[in-house]
Amino acid sequence: MARFKREKKSGVQAINTSSLPDIIFMLLFFFMVTTVMREVTLIVKITPPEATEVEKLAKKSLVSYIYIGEPKRSAAYGSKPRIQLNDQFARIDDIPAFVASERQSRDEADRRFITTSLKVDQNIRMGIVTDVKQELRKSGAFKINYSTRKVGKINFGKLY
Amino acid sequence: MARRQTPEINAGSMADIAFLLLIFFLVTTTMDVDTGISRKLPPPLTGDEEPPDINERNIFTVLVNSRDRLLVEKKPGDITTLRAKAKEFLKNPQRRDDLSESTMKSIPPLGNVMVSKGVISLKNDRGTSYKMYIAVQNELTAAIDELRDELAMEKFSKKYGELINEDQIDAIQKAIPIAISEAEPEDIGDN
Repeated sequence: MARFKREKKSGVQAINTSSLPDIIFMLLFFFMVTTVMREVTLIVKITPPEATEVEKLAKKSLVSYIYIGEPKRSAAYGSKPRIQLNDQFARIDDIPAFVASERQSRDEADRRFITTSLKVDQNIRMGIVTDVKQELRKSGAFKINYSTRKVGKINFGKLY
Repeated sequence: MARRQTPEINAGSMADIAFLLLIFFLVTTTMDVDTGISRKLPPPLTGDEEPPDINERNIFTVLVNSRDRLLVEKKPGDITTLRAKAKEFLKNPQRRDDLSESTMKSIPPLGNVMVSKGVISLKNDRGTSYKMYIAVQNELTAAIDELRDELAMEKFSKKYGELINEDQIDAIQKAIPIAISEAEPEDIGDN
């Protein structure tokens, strides 16, 4: 014969929630400041390889990106690794024009600091990367950065 | 003065609006900082370069074939020992004659230091996987970074990465340069 005890009126008062919006706004501003909108839509699959000795890429405005990987829509584009520049697939011969346009869009004083970040999928073969590097050399974009994921220790067992 | 009473605005939904915006930014935000291994490419060949005159003992060759196998100093190598080997080659603590030579140089904040003449020559095949290539680059960079750390620790009792003074960073970079040279691409054997 369970009987509900009559609840005693407790002395605890309702929590004042009037500062809740302020807290939320604080979080909101934090995310608004730290957010970086993606400027390109990836159409190739990229899982960067692991590395321990990484450097941060300073000055995002002075970085131009080259993506290399298998197309995401492999049904339509096949599974051969492709190069993506800006929002579309590109060929090796398009790289000099890309480098030139990236240079045009920056201040003249900043041009020599442009870094080309190579975002390459870990499973592709070096051939295409070598070709891209040769084109970059010819176009005078000497500063490059191999994009990697920072890990504490590389799992060498997975390499073979 | 008779004042018309303005009804108080109900602020109860403010939190909801803020939440909505918050969730939008949470979803669109990408927190990952771009990290990677930086390298400088050499200028293109013009065709009339003389091969540089480097003593054989000062070159540490690393070959990666299309099956991701290593050949380090003409012997089959392993990625796990590459870092230690490269370090030993550059530092040559026992002054062995099959490892790199070094010369005494005076670099201002450091004083007289031994600067290795060693160059790491890296060559890969077109069929090498990118993962392996980066792992090799990473190990070679790690060897140089560790040497820099040691030198910085000895001279300034700080790690290289913790140095703030530009002169000190410059000096360490001069004493231990990133001497990794990549061979001109060509196909090397399959196996």
